[in-house]
Amino acid sequence: MSQCYFERKDLADFPNIGEFAGEEGKKFFDYYGLATSAGKLTEREKALIALTVATVQRCPYCIDAYTNKCLSIGVTKEEMMEAVHVGAAMQAGITLAQSTQMRKIIKKKEM
Amino acid sequence: MEIEEQLETLANSSSSSFSEKLKEVGQYPIRTTAVDILQLNISRKCNLACKHCHVEAGPDREEMMSREVFEKCLEIIGNSTISTLDITGGAPEMNPHLEWFIEEASRVAGRLIVRSNLVILKDERYRKFIDIYTRHKVEVCASLPHYAKDQADRQRGCGTFDGAVEIIGELNERGYGADGTGLVLDLVHNPVGAYLPGNQQALEHEYKTRLYDVYGIRFNTLFCITNMPLGRYLDYLLRTDNFDDYMMELANAFNPCAAANVMCKNTLSVSWDGSLYNCDFNQMLCLPADIHGKNNIMEFSPKDFEGREIVIHNHCFGCTAGSGSSCQGATES
Repeated sequence: MSQCYFERKDLADFPNIGEFAGEEGKKFFDYYGLATSAGKLTEREKALIALTVATVQRCPYCIDAYTNKCLSIGVTKEEMMEAVHVGAAMQAGITLAQSTQMRKIIKKKEM
Repeated sequence: MEIEEQLETLANSSSSSFSEKLKEVGQYPIRTTAVDILQLNISRKCNLACKHCHVEAGPDREEMMSREVFEKCLEIIGNSTISTLDITGGAPEMNPHLEWFIEEASRVAGRLIVRSNLVILKDERYRKFIDIYTRHKVEVCASLPHYAKDQADRQRGCGTFDGAVEIIGELNERGYGADGTGLVLDLVHNPVGAYLPGNQQALEHEYKTRLYDVYGIRFNTLFCITNMPLGRYLDYLLRTDNFDDYMMELANAFNPCAAANVMCKNTLSVSWDGSLYNCDFNQMLCLPADIHGKNNIMEFSPKDFEGREIVIHNHCFGCTAGSGSSCQGATES
């Protein structure tokens, strides 16, 4: 067995994640397919959202899959990087928002 | 890379073999139907030297279809039910017989397509073809790998995007790309890198919106064509260590429905010297069609073509991945 937890070639195993729990797997893929294909939002918009979530959540499989997907549907590298910055800005904002709790405590405790 | 080396590289790729994949889905062998499209590769000479070109066309190539071979093609089209004549290269305009051939072929071919890089039509020596195409209602099928200039230029060379946009504008002025004129301008999208093309309909929407909004130009249909792992593109895949991943991606995306609709079933590809192939890709790999040993247009009759086993190799995964790929774009919606 490989010594790595994440192996690039395992991305190809994604369609098999329903193994050992077929019904749940099928329902997941039905949902996944519906949620990521064009609806009110375009396939392109959804791919950029997925790429952003992938980078924020640091999933190497998803980053690989959705970078390729974005390239395939003509998203430019500048557009992809802008999307990643949305994720980064959200992450930063979420971190800074936690300071509210900290600031409240400081204000209560300090003379 | 020499052809033998290309074939060996394809045979040794880490993906499964194409013939085995067809056997798995009960589609081996693939056989021809009647010829409906005659595709002529009339010039390996080209004013460009694109990075993805499977023909490895360029300014230094000299191979050109002779008048004798053109005449035989006309005779065959005139005496058969072949509906479409598809002229490609290199740059077809660089063949000195093209003007004469279009005049003659437009009388006998139901549908006449020329695959042009467009940029060549900026050259004074070849500008006349804008008139010739318009006069004979030739369908112009032009490569434009991306709607973003830097992406397109990265594949086809600096300045090619601006040149193509300028010529599309001129063609639009003649009526190309507008409904009801009978003048068809289609564009071809090839991925600018080691990945597969996306949904054709979605990409067409992006192309149409962006090219019209930014440059005010129009076209009819976008064809998404998967880059074939041969010629210069194979060199690129190997040089950048993308070959195994790309072959694996093609094989993983194998689609039996796309395999059932491959273009080689009804297409006959004719080389500059008259030799016959199941497709332009086989032509570049020197894999001749199996037509009762009649491998040259000079001894060919359409009835010999039907029901013959199509010659395949691992590059064929390129036509069966995802939504499929052909010279008319995706084979499945």
